[in-house]
Amino acid sequence: MTPLARKRFAKIGLNTAGVLVFLFAMFPVYWMVSTSFKANDQIFTTDFIPFPTHFTFEHVEKVLTEGVAGNSIWLYMRNSAIVALGTVLIGSVFALLAATAVARFRFKGRTSFLITLLVVQMIPSEALLIPLFLNVKRLGLYDQLLGLIVIQVGLTLPFGIWMLRTFVAAVPKSLEEAAWIDGASRFTTFWKVLFPLVAPGLVATSIFSFITAWNDLIFALILMNDSTGYTMPVALQFFFGQRGTDWGAIMATSTLMTLPVIVFFLLVQRRMVSGLVAGAVKG
Amino acid sequence: MNPKLVPYALLIPGILVITGLLLYPMVQMFIMSFQKVTLRVIRGAAEPEYVGFGNFEEIFGNSIFWSSLRNTVVFAVVTVTLTLVLGTAVGVLLNRLSKGMSSFVIIGIMSAWAVPPVAQGTIWRWLFDAEAGIINWALNLLPDWLSNLLFGRADWTGQPWLNDAWSVYLVLILTVVWSSFPFVAVSVLAGLRGIPAELYEAARVDGSTPWRTFRKITFPLLKPVFAVLTILSIIWDFKVFSQLYVLMNGPTNREAFNLSLFSFAEAFKAPPKMGQGAAIAVVLTVILLIVTAFYTRQMVKSEEVQ
Repeated sequence: MTPLARKRFAKIGLNTAGVLVFLFAMFPVYWMVSTSFKANDQIFTTDFIPFPTHFTFEHVEKVLTEGVAGNSIWLYMRNSAIVALGTVLIGSVFALLAATAVARFRFKGRTSFLITLLVVQMIPSEALLIPLFLNVKRLGLYDQLLGLIVIQVGLTLPFGIWMLRTFVAAVPKSLEEAAWIDGASRFTTFWKVLFPLVAPGLVATSIFSFITAWNDLIFALILMNDSTGYTMPVALQFFFGQRGTDWGAIMATSTLMTLPVIVFFLLVQRRMVSGLVAGAVKG
Repeated sequence: MNPKLVPYALLIPGILVITGLLLYPMVQMFIMSFQKVTLRVIRGAAEPEYVGFGNFEEIFGNSIFWSSLRNTVVFAVVTVTLTLVLGTAVGVLLNRLSKGMSSFVIIGIMSAWAVPPVAQGTIWRWLFDAEAGIINWALNLLPDWLSNLLFGRADWTGQPWLNDAWSVYLVLILTVVWSSFPFVAVSVLAGLRGIPAELYEAARVDGSTPWRTFRKITFPLLKPVFAVLTILSIIWDFKVFSQLYVLMNGPTNREAFNLSLFSFAEAFKAPPKMGQGAAIAVVLTVILLIVTAFYTRQMVKSEEVQ
């Protein structure tokens, strides 16, 4: 084989591998979406129906109008959104303050704080389920979305600070010093100089927290008793009924709950990765 | 304000949250694993009773604990390995594809990564559905002689994948590898792009084989990336919950429990056994802390926390 032919051959091989990886990753997602638009006779079949040739909005419509577990799906969407946004709002303020402290100041106890941050990320949140459940109950936050928000702030904050501090550290200190010299107050310096420059990092950490809170099943499962407080992941469980499984409705609901996350992920994937492995790659 | 106090003031909310929602509950969990927590205690009507190692003795005497421990460890080892191998391979592949092609593949794998764990569970449960699942359809497409040779059977119609513990874990491994290899791939890709092209040029000139180039250049330079990825995968895979919960339709098949699900099931069944649930959670936490201790030490020693 000539070198040119070999090169062309290698290129075909690489591209084929790329397409196979794409299909392996994408097919289950595609199957979820396509099932939600198939008529029931095309879902409950032992045949392979690659495209919904009997295209229908019946499942989406059914999910949106009938809901599940006695409530509209919009209510669950709203609950999920409240928990996720609440977590982001409280969490990013706390994370930004703490990240500024560790990235901008040298003080006694700083190293201990960073080590604690690192170690608490190793604790499996599932292991804290029982004490957190009892504490939420004692505080009277059981069955309230606020209880879930508080828990999610706790679970997402260590990573949020860890990720955000690299963004704060990346802003040149001289910019703040220049503002200082021009007579800006500490607050003005923070708000007008540091904040705009850290904003992209803040967006990335916020999206991470949003997704964590949006995806949570286990805490919503134990902290929400009344069905009006269910979040999407909990509500989805109620489609698996006793009288057979309505796959069209389940896939339509899964699609509804996945779409916002996919959009967010595609927006920030580059930053998420650089944030997660920043320390390692920087080397 | 005294400038020396500024960083402490900034840290107050963070420290309160971490102490109140993570450190203190962890202490509570340890204490509770030595207590009997009855319904009256949960309602606040009674004080918990100290039972020494009673909870641990009881879980160690329960065969479900040992099968959960085995499931947890075997699942984590297999899944972490497969995720890292597949993810690295795809990362290397992405680095060699043209710009357009690699963006195309990245969008595909990112979509898989973005799917919420609960939806991952429902998707794969549907793919492996006994009656109308596409996996059984695909397996039936295999020529009978090949299917017989590989699996000892030709007819897959109605195969109930999610009934037995071993096949639940087969599906779970696929689900978790499918959703987590993309993160490894894009991280490896980010690392690879940081390696100077001259190194590979030199290796090529010296007639190095691709495998040797990977072993002698790529791997050593990306070691820190692999360290982070390994530890993150271990943490994620040791405590997998949502996907398993959905695949099994809740805590149904006790043979297929892992430690997270076992702890959850013990603590929130009727009547609840929270002390034993806490004891299981302690075991899970201790295992994770031991496994990750080495990594944490490395991070602490490096400039990461300076």
